[in-house]
Amino acid sequence: MNALEVHNLRKEFTRRDGRGKRRVAALKGVDFDIARGECVAILGPNGSGKSTLVRLLSTLLLPDGGTATVFGHDAFKDTRAVRRLVNRVSVEASFFKKMSAVENLSYAARFYGLRPHDTKDKIPEILTRVGFPADRRDEPMENLSRGMQQKVALARALLTAPILLLLDEPTTGLDPRSKQEVQEFIREVRAEHDATVLLCTHDLAEAETLADRVGILDDGELLCLEPADQLKRRYASATLEEAFFAASGHAFENGNGDGGDD
Amino acid sequence: MRTMNLALRHELVGLGGVIERNIYLVKRYIWWDVAFFLWTVANTLTIVFIAKGIPAMGGKIDVDQVTTILLVGAVIWAYLGIIFEILTETVAWERWEGTIEYTFMAPLSRPVHLLGMGLFAIGYGVVRAVLLFGVVAAFFSLHLPDANYVAAVVLLMIASISFIGIGMMTAVLPLISPEKGTQLGFVAQGVLLVVSGVYYPVSVLPGWMQAIATISPATYALRGCRAAILDGAGLTDLTTEIWALLAIGAVSVPLGLFIFRTGERYAKKHGKLKRSG
Repeated sequence: MNALEVHNLRKEFTRRDGRGKRRVAALKGVDFDIARGECVAILGPNGSGKSTLVRLLSTLLLPDGGTATVFGHDAFKDTRAVRRLVNRVSVEASFFKKMSAVENLSYAARFYGLRPHDTKDKIPEILTRVGFPADRRDEPMENLSRGMQQKVALARALLTAPILLLLDEPTTGLDPRSKQEVQEFIREVRAEHDATVLLCTHDLAEAETLADRVGILDDGELLCLEPADQLKRRYASATLEEAFFAASGHAFENGNGDGGDD
Repeated sequence: MRTMNLALRHELVGLGGVIERNIYLVKRYIWWDVAFFLWTVANTLTIVFIAKGIPAMGGKIDVDQVTTILLVGAVIWAYLGIIFEILTETVAWERWEGTIEYTFMAPLSRPVHLLGMGLFAIGYGVVRAVLLFGVVAAFFSLHLPDANYVAAVVLLMIASISFIGIGMMTAVLPLISPEKGTQLGFVAQGVLLVVSGVYYPVSVLPGWMQAIATISPATYALRGCRAAILDGAGLTDLTTEIWALLAIGAVSVPLGLFIFRTGERYAKKHGKLKRSG
């Protein structure tokens, strides 16, 4: 059984602008599968539909068509089962800012059925593993740097032992050192927890380094999905950036940004 | 059976998580809570002073009785405000903090999530209401020898079931309209109290408003609490109010859940279930 199967997934949003209301397609019939334990990177500029894909798979959106199954569970009908299997880390760390890292992790763990005695030792242990300093565990999140907050976000995801980890630009805005630490942690999670990873990013190097296969998502369409080397060979390109240009017909950072929900 | 027990255990742990989170928030925002409490005390004093003002303007009333009537009205208004505010925060505060997506993608059923918010709101609201009543009653040196406080608190708890049901209906508003939803919740709260006789008998209202008052839980909560505090009515004397509140609760909670679920589905369809709205 595949970890994730996505077939003809479509999503549109209503946009209001100077021309009035109009429907804009964020995903235009996306198809792909991810095998258990695999790491797949979806590469795309802003507005290409990456976040819409992650939000659909996180059960936060309903599609306009198509299907998605997570370990055989329908992501839109069997949401309870899917939610137990999935967690995510997004570009924004998203915490109650006045609360500490430990407090944020504690209540979040309860939502996944982890009791206080389950998390008493586990939270400090996971925070140590992600390189979070012990003397700052009780400080409000608002006092922490972006890099530190993102480490807590990784700890939150790992705490619930997800078997499908959705990463939506997890290293965007981080300094090089924090970025490297987060990437190292993603490798570790894969190696030690047998987690399947869907990484949506616009960081070409990150996609190439971390993923078994790389997909190019442009304007809501998944143009290809294969190992990075194969992708470069197919488009006779030296880099992923050139491959993106060859596949989409425009430079990487020039996404049309019309997908609305990214 | 084992699977069911495990699912139930997860839900109960999740329920505890909702309450735990709100306790952390109260702890972290304690000085705001103190400031807000002082504002509520000032607001209540403004209303209750009306009872002192009437004789000063030549009116003839039993000052202590009117003071108590106004005080009960103001305390229940404040209590209802807390319940609605906390339930509305189910969406509004989470959106502001940016945690909404993580909470709504967690494997916690929505009824349990909302029940957790409701239970916390009741506990927190009762503490605040009791403190408010005590402070203002002491300020006016109110002597209430016949008051049955236990009956008043029990009645308020029963009324809370309906308040939570209605709170669920208003909690969905920020989900549908991120910009103005919270304010619409205040409108619902205001409408509920204007027809429920918060500072006056329902009988002075126009007929159509009196008709609406019969389905408002606040009507029975106010009437029952006043009877308990002014006349010392016990729970056996308040069976009409208790049954009415239970009946309204039996309708409003499932209806509130249905409306919230419908609103959540709408938000998921239209991409509104996210931090920026």
